[in-house]
Amino acid sequence: MNGSSFRGVMVYSENPSLLLELLAAGRGLADKLGAPLSAVLIGGEVGGERREEAIRHGADRVYVLENPRLADFNVETYKAALLRVVEAEPPEVLLIGGTKRGKELAPRVAAALETGCMTDCISLEVDEEGRLVGRRLTYGGSTVAEEVCLRKPQMATIPPRVYERPEPAERRGEVVALEVEVPEPRVRVVERKEKRRAGFRIEDAPVIVAGGRGIKKREDLKLLEELAEVLGARVGCTRPLAADYHWLEEWIGLSGHKVKPDLYIACGISGTIQHVAGIRDAKVIVAINSDEEAPIFNIADYGIVGDLYKVVPALTKALKEKLGK
Amino acid sequence: MVNVIVLIKDIVDLTEIKVDPRTQRPILAGLPRKISDVDKRAVEAAVQLKEKHGGKVAVLSLGDDKTRTALREALAMGCDEAYLLKDPAFEGSDTLATSRILAAAIRKIGEYDLILCGEMTLDSLSAQVGPRVAELLGLPQLTYVRSLDLKEGRVVAERDLEEEDEVVEAPMPAVVTVVREINEPRIPSLMSIMRASRKKIEEWDREALGLSEGEVGSAGSAVEILEVRAPKMERKKMIIEAETPEEAAERLVEKLMEEGVLR
Ligand SMILES: Cc1cc2nc3c(=O)[nH]c(=O)nc-3n(C[C@H](O)[C@H](O)[C@H](O)COP(=O)(O)OP(=O)(O)OC[C@H]3O[C@@H](n4cnc5c(N)ncnc54)[C@H](O)[C@@H]3O)c2cc1C
Ligand SMILES: Nc1ncnc2c1ncn2[C@@H]1O[C@H](COP(=O)(O)O)[C@@H](O)[C@H]1O
Repeated sequence: MNGSSFRGVMVYSENPSLLLELLAAGRGLADKLGAPLSAVLIGGEVGGERREEAIRHGADRVYVLENPRLADFNVETYKAALLRVVEAEPPEVLLIGGTKRGKELAPRVAAALETGCMTDCISLEVDEEGRLVGRRLTYGGSTVAEEVCLRKPQMATIPPRVYERPEPAERRGEVVALEVEVPEPRVRVVERKEKRRAGFRIEDAPVIVAGGRGIKKREDLKLLEELAEVLGARVGCTRPLAADYHWLEEWIGLSGHKVKPDLYIACGISGTIQHVAGIRDAKVIVAINSDEEAPIFNIADYGIVGDLYKVVPALTKALKEKLGK
Repeated sequence: MVNVIVLIKDIVDLTEIKVDPRTQRPILAGLPRKISDVDKRAVEAAVQLKEKHGGKVAVLSLGDDKTRTALREALAMGCDEAYLLKDPAFEGSDTLATSRILAAAIRKIGEYDLILCGEMTLDSLSAQVGPRVAELLGLPQLTYVRSLDLKEGRVVAERDLEEEDEVVEAPMPAVVTVVREINEPRIPSLMSIMRASRKKIEEWDREALGLSEGEVGSAGSAVEILEVRAPKMERKKMIIEAETPEEAAERLVEKLMEEGVLR
């Protein structure tokens, strides 16, 4: 594709709420580039509300690709749809929502377009030369890399909850429907099973009380549960407690869930790089650990050096009194 | 019978990473290297398929001389052939160029039913090579696989997605990327380590793969890394001094009220 023919910022996510967050990221970039922002909607049928919603949240143009074969997400068919839009309006920047599905789609599209893609960007900007610069975690989350994409379309994926969904406004936008030839998908879904996880996701918890190997027995998790109850919090843990001991199902960190609560209370957690990678975005971090040298204190806002078996119940009691519960 | 090609990367041992306090840059030189954790599980999955259905496993890595250690380990785990893709011209390859090199090598090997990769490598955290290789070879892709088998000439896999698990099947050849939960990799016996040490590691450079200079290394890449630093963690780091746990708890509650994070 010819370098000068690329124009504008295009965003796509199969996840409707992430798409709105991408519109927030895309709006900033489009304004800086002085170029239009477009959103892509793909599906068997795409309702009118979704088109309106995209426009109200910042899209200047909405591309709609409808086809019975696009009713369910499939990498090959969705790739075909996305390539169709890129062909119609080659964008300078193409952002894809960093869900698992988005992250298997983006590199496949990037390979087809022979371009680069920066995975899981935590911030994106356009530099003086008009190039897309992304910041993303590397080395297991222990470092942040600043990268630039030198080919077009410049691609990046953005994980959920990095950008805030923009305020809706009454705006005008154009809706363009595109015909697309969809191949017969080769990968066939035989069965779908809902995860048996209790509906509420730890990523959405405003407060998290987390335990590490400082907790000696499974029964002792009760201490954390009691504290969580007064705080309206969820209980989380480090990997050994879930993966090795099976006390809980999910863990927090690099290979587990990445969370960003207002308050994170780490009890008996040493603060390894792999765990900290998952709590980097917490607003306030509290650490309770008996070892004053524990690295967790270097990344905490407030630390209590002490035995969690004494401090946690004391904290539960103090909170009960203060919050009148 | 099934012919599998596994793609592995040897990466620096992440638990050993230290940050230079002055420059805030990670110190990577001299760090020990090992097979990326998830890739080792891809090797295990490939060897298990071979043990069950017969066939052979080839292991492939784009790396340097040190990468031989990783390839030897994969051979000791039960792989039959090993290929090292190595050329000074490959340096600075991003996922675009890396996938091109790997796809060229896979084409050169020619005979395969399945290509196994890790979901992502923990050093680059990019999670791209699997789907890119699938696109370059025009193959179906099955990603985030946590259990894998063959049935009537097709591959059947359970995928781990965010809200759901999916059982899928596809014709072969296909590309499969695995997650760490797929298995616990074996620890090779002394015997198999000895046997592996005598196996030949095939080496291919750019010319052997028929790639031009512009297709590999920095020249063939799209993403340039400008800078790598330790992330800023601007935290208050305030240790609450108190005589008793009760007193510490009360002080903490006061601080949390001030922060406005209690409801
Ligand atoms: C590739 C890879 C990925 C990983 N991903 C993750 C991940 O996503 N999430 C994760 O959590 N881990 C992950 N790990 C594991 C990680 O390296 C550590 O093993 C783990 O985080 C340690 O957990 P911990 O803090 O609970 O245990 P420890 O490091 O053993 O720390 C226990 C702490 O408890 C304190 N303590 C003991 N008794 C008490 C007491 N009575 N009162 C107060 N404090 C006490 C100790 O001082 C110590 O600091 C990963 C590892 C690898 C290799
Ligand atoms: N240099 C390499 N050599 C061989 N395989 C690789 C290489 N880099 C990545 N891979 C494979 O691609 C997967 C995903 O890597 P990445 O896209 O870098 O996260 C890895 O788990 C490996 O299976």
